[in-house]
Amino acid sequence: MTLNLLYFAWVRERIGLPRETIETSAATVMDLVTELKAREPRYDLAFSDLASLRVALDQELAEFDAPLEGVREVAFFPPMTGG
Amino acid sequence: MAVPVRISVQTQDFDLAAELSGFGRTPNTGATVSFTGLVRDDTGALQHMEIEHYPGMCEDAIRKIADEAANRWALTDCLVIHRYGRLVPGEQIMMVATAARHRSEAFAAAEFLMDYLKSRAPFWKKEVTREGAEWVAAKDSDENALTRW
Repeated sequence: MTLNLLYFAWVRERIGLPRETIETSAATVMDLVTELKAREPRYDLAFSDLASLRVALDQELAEFDAPLEGVREVAFFPPMTGG
Repeated sequence: MAVPVRISVQTQDFDLAAELSGFGRTPNTGATVSFTGLVRDDTGALQHMEIEHYPGMCEDAIRKIADEAANRWALTDCLVIHRYGRLVPGEQIMMVATAARHRSEAFAAAEFLMDYLKSRAPFWKKEVTREGAEWVAAKDSDENALTRW
């Protein structure tokens, strides 16, 4: 399936790009993270501490064990600091 | 009755007085509360703050939070403005305003909105000083604040 990946804040800086489109057969967010980490050191670094990361699927906050079926947009970012 | 909830995510500054002049002026409103967040510089070293946001999700997340507040405290009016981009110390970052029949509801709704905007609206703050730039870390206390609701 085709997924649009979005990166924000220091995740974006570590990976070095704000968004990309990928082809993947990952079943869950965790599978996708494992796949990305294996790509290049910069991804491995960005995803080294999952406790400090949040994920949104089609713009809704989700857990790392969430399935990706039917999802089009996956965003990774640190805990939010609004207000 | 549908509550008028107005949300704006924007780069430009806002005029607090103008935003509040007609706010909540309905016959069933007895109290309005407003909060404004400013860029603070504790050490004198802050050059500017950079606020990043997730377009689309940002507006949706704020809308959900505001709708929840509006229903829970029977608000008669509700406004959230949040800026993004480059802001210097002293500038307004955001505001919330709530209107309700009584002040306790208006105050509670404003606090609820602020607590949720802090850790559930997709914004990220970066502080830029002469020494470099650093992303502001989320505080455990901000996450813990949600448990009271």
